[in-house]
Amino acid sequence: MKPIPFEYFAPTSTEEALEHLANLGYNGKVLAGGQSLIPAMNFRMARPGALVDLNGIPELAYIKPTADGGLAIGTMTRDSKVEHSPEVAQRFPLLLEVMPNIAHPQIRNRGTFGGSIAHADPAGQLPAISIVLNANLKVLKKGGERWVKAEEFFLGPFMTVLEPEEMLAEVVLPGLPPHTGSSYQQVSRQKGGYSLAAVASVVTLDTAGKCTSARMVMISVGDVPILSEAATRILVGQKPTPEAIAEVAEIAASKEIDPGTDIHATAEYRRHLVRVLVRRSLSTAFERAAK
Amino acid sequence: MTTHTIKVKVNGVEYVREVEPRRLLSDFLRHDLGLTGTHVGCEHGLCGACTILFDGEPVRSCLMFAVQANGHEVTTVEALGTPEKMHPLQEAFHEKHALQCGYCTPGFLMTLKPFLETHPNPTDEEIREAIDGNLCRCTGYEHIIEAVKLAAEKMATRS
Repeated sequence: MKPIPFEYFAPTSTEEALEHLANLGYNGKVLAGGQSLIPAMNFRMARPGALVDLNGIPELAYIKPTADGGLAIGTMTRDSKVEHSPEVAQRFPLLLEVMPNIAHPQIRNRGTFGGSIAHADPAGQLPAISIVLNANLKVLKKGGERWVKAEEFFLGPFMTVLEPEEMLAEVVLPGLPPHTGSSYQQVSRQKGGYSLAAVASVVTLDTAGKCTSARMVMISVGDVPILSEAATRILVGQKPTPEAIAEVAEIAASKEIDPGTDIHATAEYRRHLVRVLVRRSLSTAFERAAK
Repeated sequence: MTTHTIKVKVNGVEYVREVEPRRLLSDFLRHDLGLTGTHVGCEHGLCGACTILFDGEPVRSCLMFAVQANGHEVTTVEALGTPEKMHPLQEAFHEKHALQCGYCTPGFLMTLKPFLETHPNPTDEEIREAIDGNLCRCTGYEHIIEAVKLAAEKMATRS
């Protein structure tokens, strides 16, 4: 249970980190909080030749309010900082619900917001949350910058559009309109454990009570977080009814997901959970939006 | 493989050591510094036995490399109390039978020390949340929760 030997670089600026990544190419890997990478290295499932440690770069850790009511979160912001941030609680109550479910307090003290997204674990919460909140991801490489929508960031389990010389630098969450409600629902075998299935919804109502936006994402039931098309198609333009929500749940559970069977749960049980959690998540989100 | 020189303060003492990058912080504390109070259980972040304070915050020492502690401060269970003068948490664990084999105990103690400093009067629910990252196979946790409540009382009357 020890990693293979590797080279270690501890840059003190973003520029220096990008320089290392450019030199190392496929041999290099970013070390953020390390709470997923280091266990993978201990198991020797991950065998990077060199690590570029971002922990000595204070400029990558921040939570900045943006003018549109959103937030810009630096990639190295610790999960525990997000969990306890008053700005996050005020602007994105969804995150307040999600954060305590990410592993354990000791892990959240070290794990990072951007690291979790870049790691792209299909059972991880933050990749899905970045999608449902319509995040823009700032990707840097030596001499270059590009922005990627969270929806287009994830390619497969632990696979993203990031090139070896690139790093995720910032996560920008656009502000939510008034009369927006959200809800996170998950079932896991124990607190802090991986979810067997989870659903996050963000919905917006107009003054007449009609739904103007419905985003819903499902976790642990496919190779990547799955954004429901049915939720948007069925709910937008209507007043939300229990029947419409039940229809979304039925389509999501039967057609939109691709759950697997493992020692924790069967695919059939995961479909059942999604059917229940979609209903809970959407109805709670609409109740909150109506307040 | 290149080694790195690190300077790290552990329990108030400054150490300068040469380490390979792959040296886990848990192994550095135990093997290089001889501080065997920090226990190693699962080595992949599940069990919490290796919890230490890193710049005052509880973290898993098996999920950090020693080289990352360069310039930082580490506190291990050795700094908590002595057999003659135990920390209130240690007294309470003793009195309430919050341990049997003791393997997980250092991790519980290092998780709970900062917790009680910020939660002087915790509810059962808060205690359960605080220790959800520490596994114990002996006690069934009930005695640990009793001990945390007793430790909180002890700390309140002494301060």
